[in-house]
Amino acid sequence: MSLFRTILFVAALAGIGAGLVGSAIHLFTTVPLILAAETFEGAGEAPALATTDAHEHAPGTAAHSHDEEEWGPADGLERNGLTIVFTVLTGFGFALLLVAASEVMGGLKGWHQGLLWGLAGFAAFTLAPGLGLPPELPAMPAADLAARQAWWIATVAATAGGLALIAFGRSPLLAALGVALIVAPHVIGAPQPESHESPIPEALHHSFVVASVGASFVFWVLLGGLAGWLRPRFAAPSA
Amino acid sequence: MQNRAGATAASHDSLASRTVQITLAALLGVFVLGGVGFSHISAVHNATHDVRHANAFPCH
Repeated sequence: MSLFRTILFVAALAGIGAGLVGSAIHLFTTVPLILAAETFEGAGEAPALATTDAHEHAPGTAAHSHDEEEWGPADGLERNGLTIVFTVLTGFGFALLLVAASEVMGGLKGWHQGLLWGLAGFAAFTLAPGLGLPPELPAMPAADLAARQAWWIATVAATAGGLALIAFGRSPLLAALGVALIVAPHVIGAPQPESHESPIPEALHHSFVVASVGASFVFWVLLGGLAGWLRPRFAAPSA
Repeated sequence: MQNRAGATAASHDSLASRTVQITLAALLGVFVLGGVGFSHISAVHNATHDVRHANAFPCH
């Protein structure tokens, strides 16, 4: 089997496994909090982002009814079904990156090594960007979307690169460079809104941050572990 | 399909071939994540809304 197909199959199966479990956790933990937060939308000074107003809620309308010209899923089965589908797709995407990166280092040897890569993925994709841009509920104030996306991507890249230098660099200098790379995005700082005043109760947001990070941790451990367990099975000599 | 020498890097694959295949797989991953987590298209945003929030992708 070609290397590309090996990566594809391992990532698809790991993504499906971690995505199904992850979406189940989300549907019982984070999603109810998102729905609760949407009842506050339009109540306070809802942040009107200049560039992307793809997500406006008219005051007083039921949670998540969008402008007529904008398509959106119906609450319930359709909306939650999409959450399952896109969590699996997210798992596939993250697994592609994880497995591709591990192939550079010779490929995952088993579930335990995969689990460590999963922990690194959790650090790079959840912990590091989450320090500057914590998981956020609807109706919360936020800085310009494009600026936040740029900071998020740069932070993930710097953290992943820094971790690689620490893990695989063979000199203290490289390790120090890795540490500097990981710290740098936080010295620069994430784009912040002009005001943090929010209609969302602090307790609701705190519960959401805990639920989101916790779900992400289980997701990444499972994703890495599954990928590591599957990789030798696909790469082994086969007809 | 060629036989693989084992679970480690295949000796048959040239370095260039491995590099291309790994890069393609990673690009596919970036493409998938870009679609789910970063698209500015309104319908895509609405469909992925809860996943974006739940996974702390920058949203809104």
